[in-house]
Amino acid sequence: MRLEKRASPSPAWRLAAPLLALLATLLIGSLLVAWAGAPIGKAYALLLEGGFGSRFAWSETLTRATPLILTGLAAAVAFRARLFNIGAEGQLYIGALAAVAVGGLHGGTGYELSPWLLFPLMMAAAALAGALLLLGPALLKSRLGVDEVVTTLLLNFFVLLFVSWMLDGPMKDPLAMGWPQSVGLQEALQLDKLIARSRVHSGLLWAIVAALLLWGLLKHGTTGFEIRAVGAGPTAAAFAGMPIAWVTVKVALLSGALAGLAGAIEVAGRTGYVTLDMSPGYGYSGIVIAMLAGLHPLGVVAAAVFVAGLLVGADSMSRAVGVPTYIADVIVATALIAMLVSSLLINYRIRWRERRDGR
Amino acid sequence: MGAEILDLLSGSAFWIAVLRIATPLILGTLGVLLCERAGVLNLGIEGIMVAGAFAGWLTVYQGGGLWTGVAVAALVGALLGLLHGWLTVSLSLSQHVSGLGITLLATSLASYAYRVSFPKVESPPTIQPFATMEHWLPIPVLNAQTPLTLLALLLVPLLAWGLNRTPLGLAVRMVGENPAAAEGQGLSVARLRIGAIMAGSALMGVAGAFLTLAAFNAFYFNMVNGRGWVCVALVVFASWRPGKALLGALLFAFFDALQLRLQQSSGGAGGLLPYQVYLMLPYLLSIVALVLVARKAAYPQALMKPYRKGER
Repeated sequence: MRLEKRASPSPAWRLAAPLLALLATLLIGSLLVAWAGAPIGKAYALLLEGGFGSRFAWSETLTRATPLILTGLAAAVAFRARLFNIGAEGQLYIGALAAVAVGGLHGGTGYELSPWLLFPLMMAAAALAGALLLLGPALLKSRLGVDEVVTTLLLNFFVLLFVSWMLDGPMKDPLAMGWPQSVGLQEALQLDKLIARSRVHSGLLWAIVAALLLWGLLKHGTTGFEIRAVGAGPTAAAFAGMPIAWVTVKVALLSGALAGLAGAIEVAGRTGYVTLDMSPGYGYSGIVIAMLAGLHPLGVVAAAVFVAGLLVGADSMSRAVGVPTYIADVIVATALIAMLVSSLLINYRIRWRERRDGR
Repeated sequence: MGAEILDLLSGSAFWIAVLRIATPLILGTLGVLLCERAGVLNLGIEGIMVAGAFAGWLTVYQGGGLWTGVAVAALVGALLGLLHGWLTVSLSLSQHVSGLGITLLATSLASYAYRVSFPKVESPPTIQPFATMEHWLPIPVLNAQTPLTLLALLLVPLLAWGLNRTPLGLAVRMVGENPAAAEGQGLSVARLRIGAIMAGSALMGVAGAFLTLAAFNAFYFNMVNGRGWVCVALVVFASWRPGKALLGALLFAFFDALQLRLQQSSGGAGGLLPYQVYLMLPYLLSIVALVLVARKAAYPQALMKPYRKGER
């Protein structure tokens, strides 16, 4: 088989492709549900209901979506400039740690800052920590040509061990009964609840504002133009006199800062302290979300809510009919691959047979 | 501390551990190397290793022989490789993205399959793993290993010979360096690339199976734990040469075994630093290795460049 570029994107495919991708994903999901011995229709109904079917479901979904929006944005902005930042997981953790270091360790030192000053400092520290963590791989990429995918991936493992060390030692909460858990944030530094008797916090608004700002930046700002130019083709961008290395560094700082903020907002909004399992892979899910959204900042918000709903729904479905929660991860991965294939079909047609002249 | 390390290095137990830790890295690195020599990056390795570890273990748990388990792991790896090949070669999607997607898919599928097969187990079910070769191989250190280690070591010269001395190997290298020229010679770029990815991914599957069938006797969710990414780094360190890949894997395993022992030894060197610092070393070392060789890395010319007939 071979691919032929369409003269213009096919409008019929533009509509049909995402639907086909969804259908393929549902089909594969059905097979897996059937394998687990559960009724397919009921399982899907429970999945939807658990994720989006009630006030409680929505509040849980939006709580889950908050860090996912930020890590999704982090991946989207980096990927746009062809910087494959796979390190959002590590950046999230280092951001969370920095937030607690600024917002939690000052107690009893006599230098009690006002929360009005401390909160912005805390967020800035988290953003800076995430940004600096990605700066190394970005510099290695632009200076030495070291593949950033492998370096950022390896740093995730490195950071998690570093966090484990900190939670065992210098930043350990002495009152945590031996659990590896950091000291907590004082109440004044924690984010307000958006909805009474739920876990949704104002971090959701932060995440949405970040998406809007990023959208504006990419659409109108000079930096946005540079990012698009580098993303479209580094050779052409260099020819046009773009400072590619500098653009890569700027994008790295922005992307790492977003992922770092995800960690800080998770701590300030939900947990109040850092634990080693505070993220069930938000950094990795962010990559898929960015892809599903076609790297569009506002699409990231929608995709994050979709994925969060799947994850929350899978939890409740699992309790009801015994299908393992990993089904959500399988569905997300399948959706990603199906989406990639379908988006290709919009711009290319597949020729299954070689033409006779052998070309 | 110096004396302690000298003691360590003179005992055979240490070298046995080095070779054991190196085995999955050797197999995985050869797998990545083969894919990349044909011009395709395979970041699916982390997930393919998980899938291989699970499939091999499940086969043996269901009553299959150990070598059947290895074969099933290789087959599962090859099938995931076929998917990667279809996405990256036939559809020319981004090799980065496709590989990460496959890692995600394979990891979650293995976890799902494990939970469906064993819904309510507390401790992971075990199997009887590969025995060591003590009874029939008169080579010290090596005979304390399982036959999979021997297989990994034999594959190194075999792959080097295959790539450098056979027409098929030449063809594979050619599609990785200059696919247009290869096509001019009447070779099918797509078939060679997909074949190389499938063979390489089969090796990654076996690398995973080593963990469940030889190193341990059960399947754990996090057992691969970044080893796949380390293999990707090792291939760059090895400048895409099988012999150097073996060297790199052994060197890496040497430091990994060293940190393991230092961590275990109470007092002395072990008490100096928190255990996490020792565990960080392997990952840090991989990054250092990447940086050290970055300047002179001789990438296959067509690596990560999709090829379409008639298009330039």
